[in-house]
Amino acid sequence: MKTVKSQFKFKGGVHPDYNKELARGKAIERMPVPAELVVSMSQHLGAPAKCIVKAGDYVVKGQLLGERNGFISVPVYAPASGLVKSVEPRFGPAGGKAPAVVIDTTAAAPEGVDATERTLAPLDWKTATKEELLARVNDAGICGMGGAGFPTCVKLNPPPGKRCEYLILNGAECEPYLCADHHLMLERADRVRLGVEIMRKILGMPAVRIAIEANKPDAIAAMEKAFADIDGNVEIVVLPVLYPQGSEKHQIFATVGRVVPEPPALPIDVGCVVENVGTVAAIADAVEKGAILLSRVTTVSGDAVAEPKNVEAPLGTKYSDLIAFCGGEKGRVAKLISGGTMMGFAVSTADISTTKTTSGLLLLSGRRVFQYSSQACINCGRCVRACPMNLNAAEIAKAVESDDIKSAEDAHVMTCIECGACSFSCPAYRPITQFCRRAKNSIRARIAAEKAKAAAAAAK
Amino acid sequence: MKPKDTAEHFILSSSPHAHADSSVSRIMLDVIIALLPTTAAGIWFFGLPAVWTVATCVATCIVTEALCRMAMKRESTIGDMSAIVTGLLLALNLPAGLPLWMAVVGSVFAIGVAKQVFGGLGMNPFNPALAARAFMLISFTGPMTTWLKPLWWKTPEAMTTATPLALMKGLYAVDCTASATPHARHALEELPSLCDMLVGNMPGCIGEVSAAALALGAVYLLWRKVITWHIPVAFIATVVVYSLIAGGAPAYAQVLTGGVMIGACFMATDYVTSPTTSAGKLVFGFGCGLICMLIRQFGSYPEGCSFAILIMNALAPLINRWTRPRPFGAK
Repeated sequence: MKTVKSQFKFKGGVHPDYNKELARGKAIERMPVPAELVVSMSQHLGAPAKCIVKAGDYVVKGQLLGERNGFISVPVYAPASGLVKSVEPRFGPAGGKAPAVVIDTTAAAPEGVDATERTLAPLDWKTATKEELLARVNDAGICGMGGAGFPTCVKLNPPPGKRCEYLILNGAECEPYLCADHHLMLERADRVRLGVEIMRKILGMPAVRIAIEANKPDAIAAMEKAFADIDGNVEIVVLPVLYPQGSEKHQIFATVGRVVPEPPALPIDVGCVVENVGTVAAIADAVEKGAILLSRVTTVSGDAVAEPKNVEAPLGTKYSDLIAFCGGEKGRVAKLISGGTMMGFAVSTADISTTKTTSGLLLLSGRRVFQYSSQACINCGRCVRACPMNLNAAEIAKAVESDDIKSAEDAHVMTCIECGACSFSCPAYRPITQFCRRAKNSIRARIAAEKAKAAAAAAK
Repeated sequence: MKPKDTAEHFILSSSPHAHADSSVSRIMLDVIIALLPTTAAGIWFFGLPAVWTVATCVATCIVTEALCRMAMKRESTIGDMSAIVTGLLLALNLPAGLPLWMAVVGSVFAIGVAKQVFGGLGMNPFNPALAARAFMLISFTGPMTTWLKPLWWKTPEAMTTATPLALMKGLYAVDCTASATPHARHALEELPSLCDMLVGNMPGCIGEVSAAALALGAVYLLWRKVITWHIPVAFIATVVVYSLIAGGAPAYAQVLTGGVMIGACFMATDYVTSPTTSAGKLVFGFGCGLICMLIRQFGSYPEGCSFAILIMNALAPLINRWTRPRPFGAK
């Protein structure tokens, strides 16, 4: 095991105000179960889980609420015991509605119901087979906790012919304000170590690279200590502080110098699997203790919350309860953001609940919120220099502005990772990232329509 | 805490929710700051006529911008300060002592025709100040090529003179390297000294004479990251290499006299009318330098800097297309 500096610097990137000092140094606090949980069936990327409970049912902590529904999907469990008040569509942070189970956790268990928490049987990872371990990752309901929520058991099971040469641990946490992964590495280093050993076994002993941004020296030290006596090819790679260092593609380049081709190529096509440190710790718990993923660490921060904290809250905790646990609002909240300031979702109300991917909840006052009207593009090229994907963002934005989606597609808009570096650096305050999203959505819709048409024609 | 009342919503917007500390007006302010040394040098050498020209152009540009936006029923864009930059740049590209009504006509052309007709800042295909200068050079050829001597009030017997470029033009006609003819030797001797070229003690446009002041402004723009090095370096390097190959006046004189310095650092680097990518900027700078020197050697005008940049402005969209960056991961 050794610590090395990243030798590969990707082009572009920006330096937003990190504001990490607000929640840094706040040890993870476990939040008591709130009176009501709203557990979404769509906490991951892919098909929502299929709900198998109904209003009036009493559910026990750890009980299955939603079955895995397709290949790209994960099951959902009850984060706490209680009475199912209703199953209804609820808004998620990204704006879409998905079925959710509303649980009253204050209800007493009816007579005859065994109210002890359901867990899985602990597994000895050294003797368990790869298939047993993969099944466990699925059964524990684990998906990528960095933000995208990709089902982990799918990622850990490369398709035939593809081999994982590098397992990369994403501890970059390049989003401003967020400290959840940082504190996880500090406080649960042993979990991360165990999770890495289990994943290494599943993936056939690839080399391991632990990627951490240089602004977390204590996390680097904690990882060095935890991994000091590990055998095999393991390196801690110290990354320069640069947004979006945590992007999967850029992390792969920064740590091992490989470039993931354009979509639909995946990291496994260049022999890499990238997992967030939180996901790795969840895998350790799922195998060693049989623990199901029922809670996660979320950074609650911003200049409009009384006490910024790193909170481990049950999944389905409403933002309003999370805010109350952190001492409530401080002054008037102008913007509530689920996630970080660069890629997080602004939400209209605190009546939305946490999911497996809620890494942060930011409360910003009017002073921190940018309200502006955008001007015409002056062609300054700042977005082009900032774009980590090396796209001509200005050209794409201008094309989309005049509804010329074809030109945007020709300019490789589908390669855009929506990191926000272009909008961030635009002196004319143009919503370039939003233009890119619009183009991508429109192109995806067109492709889906073409597919449906082709399928209909084939059916005739 | 109760969930928020539905009437009390938070602000919604698409990410990112952070913004760098940059704005169009701040960029324009930086350009104005960077132009102050050369403006001061111009006023020092050409006196009050330079002050009147600068004031007239800036004021006319601001008023024209305001009137155009009102006529088009669009929001006012005075606040972005681009009209001030255009006015200042136009004035710095005019000879001191030009009748002020001509400066007014030029300024109206710059803002009204070269900029607002196309939709305002960001939409104009040509640099408004240079387009206006070309228009004025054709319309008012005499006054536009009448040059005040620097510090003319000290030598009242001859207030106007020829520019060094006019002298240098003559050098192409004769072989001055081997056995210099008396005419060529005479022309070389009449050139200002290197020191005068650097500080700006020579005839020329108000803002183009002082290479040192222009370099100071360019360094400020580079430090503020308003411009990158690509266009100025490619432009000036092309001029140097061309003059070394083609002979004629010495390379330093080609760079330090005429519009090369102000053109390379302030006119060709105009965002709107130059390519976006680094590779495109290098091509653009090379083209500016090459066309400028071709006009200086073969054209009927002694100076070709403005025309060179205008021609390359027209090519900028094409250069952008040719030098589109290769996306990370693309084949």
